[in-house]
Amino acid sequence: MTDLTSLTLAEARDRLKQRAISSVEITRAHLGAIERAEGLNTFVAITAEKALQMAEASDARLARKEAGPLEGLPIGVKDLYATEGVHTQACSHILDGFKPRYESTVTANLWRDGAVMLGKLNMDEFAMGSSNETSYYGPVASPWLPPNWSRDRGRAAALSSDKRGLLTPGGSSGGSASAVSARLCLAATASDTGGSIRQPAAFTGIVGIKPTYGRCSRYGMVAFASSLDQAGPLARTVRDAAIMLRSMAGPDPKDSTCSPTPVPDYEAAVGRSVKGMKIGVPKEYRLEGMSSEIERLWARGAEWLRAAGASIVDVSLPHTPYALPAYYIVAPAEASSNLARYDGVRYGLREPGADITELYEKTRARGFGTEVRRRLMIGTYVLSAGYYDAYYVRAQKIRTLIKRDFERVFADGVDAILTPATPSAAFGIGEKGSDNPVEMYLNDVFTVTVNMAGLPGLVAPAGLSSEGLPLGLQLIGRPFDEETLFALGETIEQSAGRMTLPEPWWA
Amino acid sequence: MSVDLNTVRRIAHLARIAVSEAEIPHLQGEINAILKFVEALDTVDVDGVEPMTSVIPMRLPMREDVVADGDIAPLVLANAPLTEDGFFVVPKVIE
Amino acid sequence: MATDRASAKLIKGATGDWEVIVGLEVHAQVTSRSKLFSAASTAFGGEPNSHVSLVDAAMPGMLPVINRECVAQAVRTGLGLKAQINRRSTFDRKNYFYPDLPQGYQISQYKSPIVGEGEIQVDLTPDHSIKVGIERLHLEQDAGKSLHDQSPTMSFVDLNRSGVALMEIVSRPDMRSADEAKAYVSKLRTLLRYIGSSDGDMEKGNLRADVNVSVRRPGDALGTRCEIKNVNSIRFIGQAIETEARRQIALIEDGGAVEQETRLFDPARGETRSLRSKEEAHDYRYFPDPDLLPLELDPAFIDAMAADLPELPDAKRTRFMADYGLSPYDASILVAERETADFFEDSVNHGGAKRDAKAVANWLMGDISAQANAQGVAVADAGLSPASLASLVDLIGEGVISGKIAKDLLVRLFADDRGADPRALVETHGLRQVTDTGAIDSAVDAVIAANADKAEQAKTKPGMLGWFVGQVMKSTGGKANPQAVSDALKKRLGV
Repeated sequence: MTDLTSLTLAEARDRLKQRAISSVEITRAHLGAIERAEGLNTFVAITAEKALQMAEASDARLARKEAGPLEGLPIGVKDLYATEGVHTQACSHILDGFKPRYESTVTANLWRDGAVMLGKLNMDEFAMGSSNETSYYGPVASPWLPPNWSRDRGRAAALSSDKRGLLTPGGSSGGSASAVSARLCLAATASDTGGSIRQPAAFTGIVGIKPTYGRCSRYGMVAFASSLDQAGPLARTVRDAAIMLRSMAGPDPKDSTCSPTPVPDYEAAVGRSVKGMKIGVPKEYRLEGMSSEIERLWARGAEWLRAAGASIVDVSLPHTPYALPAYYIVAPAEASSNLARYDGVRYGLREPGADITELYEKTRARGFGTEVRRRLMIGTYVLSAGYYDAYYVRAQKIRTLIKRDFERVFADGVDAILTPATPSAAFGIGEKGSDNPVEMYLNDVFTVTVNMAGLPGLVAPAGLSSEGLPLGLQLIGRPFDEETLFALGETIEQSAGRMTLPEPWWA
Repeated sequence: MSVDLNTVRRIAHLARIAVSEAEIPHLQGEINAILKFVEALDTVDVDGVEPMTSVIPMRLPMREDVVADGDIAPLVLANAPLTEDGFFVVPKVIE
Repeated sequence: MATDRASAKLIKGATGDWEVIVGLEVHAQVTSRSKLFSAASTAFGGEPNSHVSLVDAAMPGMLPVINRECVAQAVRTGLGLKAQINRRSTFDRKNYFYPDLPQGYQISQYKSPIVGEGEIQVDLTPDHSIKVGIERLHLEQDAGKSLHDQSPTMSFVDLNRSGVALMEIVSRPDMRSADEAKAYVSKLRTLLRYIGSSDGDMEKGNLRADVNVSVRRPGDALGTRCEIKNVNSIRFIGQAIETEARRQIALIEDGGAVEQETRLFDPARGETRSLRSKEEAHDYRYFPDPDLLPLELDPAFIDAMAADLPELPDAKRTRFMADYGLSPYDASILVAERETADFFEDSVNHGGAKRDAKAVANWLMGDISAQANAQGVAVADAGLSPASLASLVDLIGEGVISGKIAKDLLVRLFADDRGADPRALVETHGLRQVTDTGAIDSAVDAVIAANADKAEQAKTKPGMLGWFVGQVMKSTGGKANPQAVSDALKKRLGV
């Protein structure tokens, strides 16, 4: 049944509509693939029974020609989203056993449109991480084998609990990215606060888009940094990502920061001509010591767009170097407040204490991993008396400057900005961050600017490194102009040629 | 800017996370590494710049004053580690 | 700031005079159906955790959405305080851990509140009036309730109140005595009830005050203040200020210094005690709530609130004095509760006529208020309507009944004949007063004849007149006009 898992989401949708295949068939195929991929550790909860029930209901609707836009399509859901009655822990020990009695708006939208839930996907704990190594459930392995590794070696490493040596899929949406790349689901929901959709997309050779801040509702998404978090899809093609985003996005009165603007037909933008579009290439993204491989890929991407009729201009975003440090003030600060509710009183883990203070301190010490603890401490510190102005307020001012840089460039007639997605290809599990946490943070250098400015950012696979690992390019757009990103992304995808995803070595 | 051991203890308490004495120095190191990293911001001229208060231009939506929620005590209590007679139960607060 | 007023309030210490400075932070629950950021009910009581939404319970992924009516109530109140309405205000998170604070933070307004500076006129007596400055008014969430006395080791948490909208109204430290502070709270409460933005019910905990007290020698700089938290009755506010002022004075006169701290008033002991714990003071780490946007008010919105404001107590009082010739004292009493003022006006003007306002006022402030207080209800619910009070006053004016008969009528109207028409009652029970001089003379003659010896004594003891009046009234079943009886007796007895 491997045929069915190698369909794109769009292809599967069309075949289902034509009744050439059934939802139950394609769902079963994916459940089988998931079972065989246990070694990758992508899923933390598999909802097989529920998936088949949903698939049956979808088949009935397909028979009645009442198909929704995602009817019968098996999807994975990042563990960050509240799914009613189903494991929702943001891959943290502190939410042990939590099964919400409510549904997030984004996933409710997916079910409204007929999608089928395969299960919940692994992620960095509370979305804090760039390699899916901070999860309570252990690291996720990328389906891409490290250079020169044999399949046997890969399989053996996948069987070990620390999976050392295998590649990280990136993070925090590592489980989502790995699962999509390994063809365990047709697409997945993910989230992006500093690059958590786009960086994993680049590492695993798939497509990811973080839409404009406020495009998707945050209701029912476990909050990390409220002014930066945004939901988005991971998929194997630009068209698939467009189809997913259209269902996920939309107004929601339950979220005060969710935009009331209607959602356009994103799929219609895929394949639109990019002739006449002006593409900015920002000089500040050319980092010192940047690998020539990435430089060349970037230049190649610009060439593809030029060949398709776009014009390329040099632009300047002078406050770029300050985005990452400012992010590591603002995000932890907001997180320190958002995670105060995890206190052992109303849900999740509770450690016994002689008084309430002891209960809090022990529960949170036991429940949070080391990365989360680190960020909560920093966040608490930068908001504390005497430091608030010097750190938090200053970082928020710099954020205004970062946003202004983009506004100026867009006002000059630039339609989108082209940059590399990551400073390198995927690295090995256990390779980074053990000495200095900042080492891991540098992964987000090209992506955080986009969250800080609230803009949409799309990553599409653009080629392979000299070692045969995927590399991606990022397109940054105007607010609420995801359509331009889909059009440009499609051009990149067509020019680069469809990425050949790895054949299963893990089973 | 860097933090001393006492500050680390104080922050841990503010954040209500128990940190053993043995862990404090290591945690201090981690925090200081991050603080060193963000020192890059000190040189930016932010004179006359407003801190960002809303990411996208949007008005704060307001809700009509109708009771449209609540009356779901079983759901509210469903995930709690300890309840009694409809209350959440916790060890005493020491004033 | 009249120095003679100030000197009247000075407290005598062991070593000289002291001035007490008081500022108040009043928390008033906003009258609204649902909470500030959640659509759960604000109704009082209810089973534990029944007026709680998932947002109030701070479940993962929950988000606040602001209630338009709470914003309107804050604006209305600001207008009533003659205060600056801030077109742009922001919400901040006040972060701390407590079991009745499920989010681990309270959404409040720290840097930019919705209402700025204003003032209230407070009249203590007809010739003692003060203006108390208002610094600001902001909206914030109330916390839930923890019960600590149900078990020796455990506390029980009910989140029903969690998220209910509060207005925090901060005064300038303009008060100089316990009486001034009490009068301020009373006036503020009246104002809130007029506007309808809070019911000011202190017994239900819908209005409470944090009282800031400091002392100084007249002319000196301000002293260190202490904050007495959560005082929930006007009487206790007064007591707390007096005991705290004396505590501080004694401390300083003994050579000590007042430390800035938070205290609690213990009514049973009649003293304040320190809340200062061994831990350091709270660091609330205020920052703008990223789940909300700045609140921007349209001028049209503010104008609409202003246009809809009812006549406020000060204006009503002035108008009552002008239109109805009431004394400042009477007018003040009548306007203290809007329902009473409305009842008064409706009675005076009932049926298009304009009857004796002073008479209406007297009945309202006297018997009817007494009855209402005894029953624990508003004057409008004591048993009379404005129409029936109007009838009563008319009946007296027409001479159909005497004041005494009117009092008897009231007794019936308060009890078995609630809501009845006084004119009908007069007819049914034959309560017309006897004014016929012939009838009165006969009654008087009869009583004198039956008490000849007392009649003799009355010539030298004029005080006995009263007894005779009583006897004649009794013999006529209370219906004789007392004045006419008295006159007739005087003539007959020769006193």
